[in-house]
Amino acid sequence: MFERALSGSNRYWAWIFFLLAVIGVGFLAYMKQLNEGLGITGLSRDVSWGFYIAQFTFLVGVAASAVMLVIPYYLHNFKKFGKIVILGEFLAVSAVTMCMLFILVDMGQPMRVLNVVLHPTLNSVMFWDALVLNGYLFLNIIIGWTTLAADQKQVAPPQWVKPLIYLSIPWAVSIHTVTAFLYAGLPGRHLWLTAIMAARFLASAFAGGPAILVLLALLVRKFSKFDPGQEAIQALAKIVTYAMCANVFFFLLEVFTAFYSGIPGHAHPLVYLFAGLDGHTKLVPWMWTAAVLAFASIALLVNPSTRQNEGTLKLALVGVIIAAWIDKGMGLVIGGFVPNPFERVTEYAPTMPELAITFGVYAVGLLVLTLLYKVAIGVREENGAVEH
Amino acid sequence: MSINRRQFLKLASVSTILGVGSAAAITSISRSGLEASQSSPDPKGLKAKRWGFVVDVSKLKTEEDYQKCIDACHNIHNVPTLKNPKHEIKWIWKDDYEHTFPNMAEDKIMNKELQEKNFLLFCNHCANPACVRVCPTQATFKRKSDGIVMQDMHRCIGCRFCMAACPFGARSFNYVDPRKDNAIKVENKEFPTRMIGVVEKCTACYERLAVGKQPACAEASDGAIVFGDLEDPKSEVRRLIAEKYTIRRKPELGTQPGIYYVIGGGEHV
Repeated sequence: MFERALSGSNRYWAWIFFLLAVIGVGFLAYMKQLNEGLGITGLSRDVSWGFYIAQFTFLVGVAASAVMLVIPYYLHNFKKFGKIVILGEFLAVSAVTMCMLFILVDMGQPMRVLNVVLHPTLNSVMFWDALVLNGYLFLNIIIGWTTLAADQKQVAPPQWVKPLIYLSIPWAVSIHTVTAFLYAGLPGRHLWLTAIMAARFLASAFAGGPAILVLLALLVRKFSKFDPGQEAIQALAKIVTYAMCANVFFFLLEVFTAFYSGIPGHAHPLVYLFAGLDGHTKLVPWMWTAAVLAFASIALLVNPSTRQNEGTLKLALVGVIIAAWIDKGMGLVIGGFVPNPFERVTEYAPTMPELAITFGVYAVGLLVLTLLYKVAIGVREENGAVEH
Repeated sequence: MSINRRQFLKLASVSTILGVGSAAAITSISRSGLEASQSSPDPKGLKAKRWGFVVDVSKLKTEEDYQKCIDACHNIHNVPTLKNPKHEIKWIWKDDYEHTFPNMAEDKIMNKELQEKNFLLFCNHCANPACVRVCPTQATFKRKSDGIVMQDMHRCIGCRFCMAACPFGARSFNYVDPRKDNAIKVENKEFPTRMIGVVEKCTACYERLAVGKQPACAEASDGAIVFGDLEDPKSEVRRLIAEKYTIRRKPELGTQPGIYYVIGGGEHV
């Protein structure tokens, strides 16, 4: 089945070589980091996690979002998602791959990464995060590949894959919940120390992830003969709408608790993010961009006429993705570290090598996504839609 | 228990087959064959149920008083001096009242003297350390024998989860190679230097305690830092805590920090 990824138009190969070039640049930058240490990044004693972990946090959400297709299709028999569910599963594979790479490039001693397995530490959330991420990757590879292979032969998928599909539902929730627990269980980090963190993570995931998926589906429809279906796209857009409303609502709950309680420590990170603290305002324009985009895209999504119009829908989805990316990534991670435990402000901004490595990892993810989608679309184009 | 060659071979072959007994075989050999003194602790070594510190800030008067303690620690532990403040490594340092106790700094009409005081900060060796809880490889662990929060620099993968978890900012990460660019002015050959990509911290001079010495900062402090067993009601640290008014950093977080700061210090306290 994989041979479908090895033949394609010139445009396909140009895209592949472009990605390989970006990966190459990222790899060179990573060699520099491996040699000189994480000192080549903008990280510091005070902001010890940055751009890499921000991308990881955002992408775990993208991976978890596949469940928004799996639940309606497999639990509620929503047939309209039949053609598109494979796109969700393969997007999850690509997203989890990137997550793992971002963790790897963030490590000071990556050659010791197996210590996590060699010295399993049940009280460390990071151990559980590694466990659930790996599990989710394998689940989606197995489920996606098996159902696609069955499609190609125009037969029903084997029976043994069904329990795995059901297992993948709570598992998707677990990857984002456990990732939220990385943050939510730390004493002294006011922005993170909140019981609603996991719920916020899931809400933003179910907004951002399906938004990416709709845009991918529209791209697939444009560049191939495979049509994921108008109704599937509109159904996903509704999921994005509800999830984005919940996401913004949850965020406002945090704002209420921080400011109405009047506890200074709880308010400081939010003040830093949206107004700046002690004259440090690096993230302020970003956070306001996210806020404006969040409300603007909700306005476009809630209104049926702008949601059904593909032009305005695309705008709204891009808005959702950027807002979620800024809020979940930069805002959440950096806001947790600023101000530091001494109530001092040390700002953070990624450096050029850090950005090159980040783009490199994204290019790996896009390469995985392209190859998997090429295979899936090839099968779909040949057989049309097979209901299973 | 002694074992002869024949017994050893028998045991070894069975172990190989079972794949589990090798550790037992090695232990039984080491018990009989090796010099016991090679692994037994120095009889002069200091012992406690839980080590802790009392820092009397009234005895730290001049800039030099602070610097003496900092230098004593940093020199013997090969703590590098790095130009970029973002990459700073520090095991012990000083900070003002407002930033040492940020949760109490809201009080604007408090004791002026205290407000203008500086504090010596280092790892609190918490009884319930968040850093130990989050470490995915047990590179950060609490020593069962005496409660010291240790850092295994060969185990650490550099994930920096402990830095996110520590509410006291007591950990440093080697963003750059501390062995390069003469960052270590005079190397102490008796203590290891570190490599890039690992986290390091104050380990309560475990290496000095083992040979009967006080922690370097306490020794250099002329009595401003008192070190002792918090679990021993007769210890000097317990006497000070009972007699003077002491505060700890962020006690509300439940980590049970092991550094008590004597404040005020006046006769009426």
